[in-house]
Amino acid sequence: MKMINIKIDNIDVTVPEGTTILEAAKKVNVNIPHLCYHPDQAIKANCRICVVDVAGSKKLTPSCSSYVFEGMEVQTNTKKVRDMQKGILELILANHDQDCLKCLRNGNCELQSLCQRFNISKTNLEDTVDALPLDNTNPSLVRDSAKCIKCNRCVEACQKGQEVYALTHSHRSVHYNITPAYEAPLEQTFCVFCGQCSAVCPVGAIVEKDDTAKVWDAIHDPKKHVVVQVAPAVRVALGDVFNLPKGSIVTGKMVSALRRLGFDKIFDTNFTADLTILEEGNELIKRVTQGGTLPMITSCSPGWINFVEGRYDHLLDHLSTCKSPQQMFGALSKSYYSDITGIDPADIYTVSIMPCTAKKFEAQRPEMKTNGVQEVDVVLTTRELGRMIQSAGIDFIDLEEGQFDNPFGIGTGAGAIFGATGGVMEAALRTAYEVITGKALPDLNFTEVRGLEGIKESTIDIDGLELKVAVAHGLGNAKKLLKQIEKGESPYAFIEVMACPGGCIGGGGQPIKSTMDVKAQRIDAIYQIDENLPLRKSHTNPEVIELYEKFLGEPLGHKSHELLHTHYKSRGMKYNFKELME
Amino acid sequence: MNSTETKGFGILTKDLATKIDTIINYYQSDSTKLVGILLDIQDVIPKQYIPREVASYVSERMNIPLSKIYDVISFYAALSDVPRADYVIQLCDSVVCKVTGNTDLRDAISSILGINEGEATADGKYWLEYTPCFGACDVSPAIRINGKVHGYLTSKDSVKAVLDQYQ
Repeated sequence: MKMINIKIDNIDVTVPEGTTILEAAKKVNVNIPHLCYHPDQAIKANCRICVVDVAGSKKLTPSCSSYVFEGMEVQTNTKKVRDMQKGILELILANHDQDCLKCLRNGNCELQSLCQRFNISKTNLEDTVDALPLDNTNPSLVRDSAKCIKCNRCVEACQKGQEVYALTHSHRSVHYNITPAYEAPLEQTFCVFCGQCSAVCPVGAIVEKDDTAKVWDAIHDPKKHVVVQVAPAVRVALGDVFNLPKGSIVTGKMVSALRRLGFDKIFDTNFTADLTILEEGNELIKRVTQGGTLPMITSCSPGWINFVEGRYDHLLDHLSTCKSPQQMFGALSKSYYSDITGIDPADIYTVSIMPCTAKKFEAQRPEMKTNGVQEVDVVLTTRELGRMIQSAGIDFIDLEEGQFDNPFGIGTGAGAIFGATGGVMEAALRTAYEVITGKALPDLNFTEVRGLEGIKESTIDIDGLELKVAVAHGLGNAKKLLKQIEKGESPYAFIEVMACPGGCIGGGGQPIKSTMDVKAQRIDAIYQIDENLPLRKSHTNPEVIELYEKFLGEPLGHKSHELLHTHYKSRGMKYNFKELME
Repeated sequence: MNSTETKGFGILTKDLATKIDTIINYYQSDSTKLVGILLDIQDVIPKQYIPREVASYVSERMNIPLSKIYDVISFYAALSDVPRADYVIQLCDSVVCKVTGNTDLRDAISSILGINEGEATADGKYWLEYTPCFGACDVSPAIRINGKVHGYLTSKDSVKAVLDQYQ
């Protein structure tokens, strides 16, 4: 690789050819201000705040889109540069709702921190916030165009990574805006509520719908028995909120914090992840041996389910009928748990802590009811839990290590790895192999399905039965596998799909600044949790075994079918053009 | 949103769908010709606009995401996403027409028809909008009605005479 020598603020730096000025500057600890730039995305160069002075150029140069050349001399802090950057900031601010105290991103906003950096408290330009109506009629996300700075990160996330194309830029000049087609609310588009847009938004223009007030109300209501479940991916991300090193495992502190917040019982979604494996594994065995629809595709990711129900509703039969671990937990909390504790299901208030905004949507699906009540009452994202802990004044970093409660407190390593792309597949293979062959697996680690490659493949030999499997994360990758199925060319028996890049650890509800580097660190942490657990196979979870003995009977049995399985239907979003196209 | 019924159509009849198919085929379904395709489609739709159902139909036919089509429709002044009228009066808003008096011209049209820019008359006959230069500077101030240019509109009478041609 050819190396290029340049000077940035008189500091020598050598970087590979094809590096941008902005990235080269990071290497010598110069943080050039930026808003539209995102390390995981293509160059956009539309906010212009990253301009620098390059010797020999009359005009200022955008550093995010300009590549280094040999002998380049860059100044990032001249008067000309700073004046320009201040001017741009003031212009952006003049068209931005400045009611910061009311904003969920207050204190965690890239525009706010730039204003602080440049000592701009209020623009002296006339405010003209030209905004579309607030879009807050879906259960997952709130879009407030009064705060939008038109950086296009969300559009990039929605179109390039996820290939959902719900959001676009539209109109031009002063009317330029970010919106779905025909300015429709998100629920009237193909939006899957994955929330990747909210995870990359530099400001508060797209945020999760905040449900923390509902949870506080339930906790403060003496009549309610409030239980909480925590998804596998939350424990390796929550530390980010408290400035711990990325990928810190904070399971124990998280449990302690939840107890201090006032939840009556703290349970682990890893437990129902294990349960999912038993149901889904048996479903797979049944489909393979009895000629069901193949490939079977996982159904844990609600963004993925929304995607299939929206655009690919002719392939619904390929989805596993298993509810997601969140909903399995919800169903058990309003049935089994109610039975053994004697608490009326209507008095049990079930909260989920999820890395996901689509889980909010999933919980409110009308079919997700058990014993006449909603299975999961409220879903909080990792970000919302972080805010609750901060709001309660809990000093998270120094908390003691807490333990999950019974009867849903044990999760195996197989349940833990649900949080990373490939995890469900690996967990399923561990169990499927042992259940079918009756033999112990020589090596539990299916490394072929791990990692951040878009589509991963593997073949496993189960006593002569060859099972070809694939794993996709990010809906753009999943689409490729769906196209194969459409053409009848899919060679796989089983496919795992997670809507978000990296799997749940990269979910749309995770702490802000979850870049690919951070996701890789979280994945490492997830596999570390797996390695360190005494039990690493779902079918060896003693609480799951007990649940089947005492309550459910057997996997795919009558009770399981009633409580743990669901059906899918077309979202009815598509116009039916069939007749017109004849 | 969980309704399994597909949405009914208002404007998109079988007849219109056939016309749209003909237009798309004429351009060989080439996505780089999308602006031309949309302009031609808009011409065959009453009130000269592209409703969501039509854009969705084009999206499906040409395999282009609906949001991308909307981006194009909203970008170009010549394309509209809201119903306009039988006669679309486009008032040139560029420098030359401004200098030669397009403000008076707009006032004349407004007083004759009782509408401002971005509005249609109650009978749905006329719509008034500003548009970027369409190259009629030599006869400015000018308007364009359903594609036909009318210039030298410096008096209310001259404006009325033009509008009278569109009944």
